[in-house]
Amino acid sequence: MANVPVHEWTLLEAARMVREKKISSRELTGAILARIEALDPKVHAYITVLPEIAAAQAAACDEEQAKGTLRGPFHGVPVGLKDIFCTRGVRTTCGSRILHDFIPPYDACVTEKVLAAGAVVPGKHNMDEFAMGSSTETSFFGATRNPWDLSRIPGGSSGGTAAAVAAAMCFAGVGTDTGGSIRQPASLCGVVGVKPTYGRVSRYGMIAFASSLDQGGPIARTVADAAALLGVIAGYDRRDSTCVDIPVPDYLAAAERPVKGLRVGLPKEYYEGEGLSPEVRAAVEKALKALTDQGAVVVEVSLPHTSFALSTYYLIAPAEASSNLARYDGVRYGHRAEGASGLIEMMSRTRAEGFGDEVKRRIMIGTYALSAGYYDAFYGKAQKVRTLIRGDFTKAFEAADVLLTPTAPTPAFRLGEKTGDPLTMYLSDIYTIPCNLAGIPGISVPCGFSSEGLPIGAQLLSKSFREETLFTAAGAIERALPVRRVAPLEG
Amino acid sequence: MAFETVIGLEVHAQLSTRSKIFCACSTAFGAPPNANACPVCTGMPGVLPVLNRKAVECTIRTALATSCTVQRRSVFARKNYFYPDLPKAYQISQYELPVALGGHVDIEVDGGTKRIGITRIHMEEDAGKLVHEGEFAGAQASLADLNRCSVPLMEIVSEPDMRTPEEGGAYLRRLHDILVYLGVCDGNMEEGSFRCDANVSVRPVGQVAFGTKAELKNMNSFRNVEKALEYEIRRQVELIEDGGKVVQETRLWDANAGVTVSMRRKEEAHDYRYFPDPDLLPLIVDESWVEELRGTIPEMPAEKIARLARQYGIPRYDAGILASTRALADFFEASAAIYGGNPKTTANECVHWKDAVLAGTLSPETIAHAVEDRERGTISATASKTLVELVLSTGKPFRTLRDEQGLTQVSDTSSLDILVDKVLAASPKEVEGYRAGKAGLLSFFVGQVMKESRGKANPKMVQEVLKKRLG
Repeated sequence: MANVPVHEWTLLEAARMVREKKISSRELTGAILARIEALDPKVHAYITVLPEIAAAQAAACDEEQAKGTLRGPFHGVPVGLKDIFCTRGVRTTCGSRILHDFIPPYDACVTEKVLAAGAVVPGKHNMDEFAMGSSTETSFFGATRNPWDLSRIPGGSSGGTAAAVAAAMCFAGVGTDTGGSIRQPASLCGVVGVKPTYGRVSRYGMIAFASSLDQGGPIARTVADAAALLGVIAGYDRRDSTCVDIPVPDYLAAAERPVKGLRVGLPKEYYEGEGLSPEVRAAVEKALKALTDQGAVVVEVSLPHTSFALSTYYLIAPAEASSNLARYDGVRYGHRAEGASGLIEMMSRTRAEGFGDEVKRRIMIGTYALSAGYYDAFYGKAQKVRTLIRGDFTKAFEAADVLLTPTAPTPAFRLGEKTGDPLTMYLSDIYTIPCNLAGIPGISVPCGFSSEGLPIGAQLLSKSFREETLFTAAGAIERALPVRRVAPLEG
Repeated sequence: MAFETVIGLEVHAQLSTRSKIFCACSTAFGAPPNANACPVCTGMPGVLPVLNRKAVECTIRTALATSCTVQRRSVFARKNYFYPDLPKAYQISQYELPVALGGHVDIEVDGGTKRIGITRIHMEEDAGKLVHEGEFAGAQASLADLNRCSVPLMEIVSEPDMRTPEEGGAYLRRLHDILVYLGVCDGNMEEGSFRCDANVSVRPVGQVAFGTKAELKNMNSFRNVEKALEYEIRRQVELIEDGGKVVQETRLWDANAGVTVSMRRKEEAHDYRYFPDPDLLPLIVDESWVEELRGTIPEMPAEKIARLARQYGIPRYDAGILASTRALADFFEASAAIYGGNPKTTANECVHWKDAVLAGTLSPETIAHAVEDRERGTISATASKTLVELVLSTGKPFRTLRDEQGLTQVSDTSSLDILVDKVLAASPKEVEGYRAGKAGLLSFFVGQVMKESRGKANPKMVQEVLKKRLG
């Protein structure tokens, strides 16, 4: 590793170097903070950088290590958090004006686990406001740029996390995925992103967008890093009633397993649409070849209700969001409109000022979908279709162990290209949304570049709680198609 | 035209759990504002509710005691509306699928029994409260106290089976007794632990369809519920008789003015946009849990009254007083088990010392010993009372005090003779009067002898000795 700059080490390498005392956490953290200082003015992956806190955490790690204690597997290594995870005493904005000054008095479960693993948190990553968006352009704090091409978006909503990881401004990060918000930006930024099974990672302290779809997961530069980070953040938490109490397997070991005999399903509906770019198709085909070359077998499967997924999602997610976001009323915390003459005016103006257009759009769609007289036709119907979509996957997984699909229909698009047309923007998530509706896990792994040098990711899906299979398949693709993981970006 | 009234009642009862329904905060009444609040019950971003098992058990036990069917699967739903005392801007309640359906409660009216149906029982969380600066109308500011947020409530909805305010009152009292008996609610109406809304309508006698109903709120005692119903029925009947029409609305009872006033019309009602709460799993109640809880259901008030009257041969009226509080009835039975004797005397003593019994400062032994010593003639009624008071003030056992104080009753005639002689010698005039035919003076002599004995003489024997000596 002598030739590789410190910030380009993988998460596991960095952790080993600290553990073996080849580098101190202070130096490692210093390198990352310097990198953020140099690059983040261009990329804007962070909403809040925490130089003092991170330095203090690093110093504490070094002191403890000197006394012979290691906090955990990531002792002293900088790992960033999407600004949707509450951090005690540190501003947590969710990318919104309405929480621009909110300082939680508690840590999210993910925050606790990352800290307990010994990680140092260099800052909070930018995101689409309340995770609503596919480009990180809806953030109140301004857009994040794609480190591979600063004129382009990094994807979203976890665009800040994916960009920070791709630009080596942290060794890994934790994002959230409601309809593709981890996998799509991972694909667009050329890194690995995992949406775990619903219930695998506690949602406690993770600010809710759509409660029945939201799930936290790792974004990292290698499959092994992602596997190790998921191993840390997964597991039962009694504070989240939807969190499932089953043991966390050794994901890292799974990433090393051979794929011989693995049945790879190609859902035909995912390859039929006109929106799929030929370059993406070609890159995913290379990923498939990588798998079959190593002994995997191909099966064709069908997910017949796929075409209803987008509209189902855009009823369920906004409906839940309209209720989840109702608490931001200016009464107890967050932004409050000044000078209102009464209660209703104060609440209305607070929300009018505090939320951006995309959030307001979804609150209105969701409110409508739940209204008396419309519930059955919209929300009720959507829940029934959701059941059918789930059934599609159950059936497909009788024939296949994993499904291989594109993660996003195109490589990263330009800033402002889709902001005027929400529907076009929503189509960026067409391949990632069904997975959230079904509750199953998915991973995006880099599989190539476009002619313009933009990263392309392949998506793998598996049965619930079979993340191991995802890591096995993704590991095989990664070994066969080694691609550059750190964007060529200099400060 | 003759009218018939139709009444249905919705009771909100606070469940007697130590912690709130979805977080670990205390439910204690009277804490300083916002002392019993945490990120979960104040609706901070990202936090999640976790259901309190004890609250579910309280609700299931109520369902069993009111013959409801406990549902194997029930679902929590969000009731969405904006208000500063509702931090999440939704109340977690149960809507389409409540925890229990279809039960009943029997009430006594006009010497007979009437069965009042229970439509459903569901669980929900309470909201906080607002404190206004000065009068509500002109208040410059309102403060939110979130201590009550997420305090567990159970809503019990009756069928529209009641026809008079008295039936409404009887149903509420019976339901109140049941909840307090079960120990699932402290029943305190002033603190809002037991609240009632009433749906009331009138219709011409013989008409099958219900009239248009009004929903009455803000009645904080049984008596107020009856008064509000009486007023509202009169108002509706007069309105119809004057050619008017009842409109569907919510009305508030103003106890001071003795009237109901319109609060909001049906068309102003909220659209609560109920939907299943994705943060909570459906509540699954399996049969073995229900059976386990069934084993914890105590005897209900009506059964208890009948049994006490039968088993102890005491009047139904006395049994009713004893059974009005489960603790009092239990105390009575414990006393009667220690000393059988005449249970009527034991019952009287229990009722007489009710406050101390309920305060837990008196043991069943004390009452049993008091009754036994009196019935055996060892002590007088006066001495008994004095001794119980001493037990309360000193905490010493009844019989220890009896012996210490020398309050054992004088029943041997020789010592009584001395006392009687003394009294008669001191009252020659009265002796003369008695002998001249003033029989009423006997009680004067008895009193004097009792006084001389400092209450220790057996009054019956004193009377006998006096009669003999004066005869």
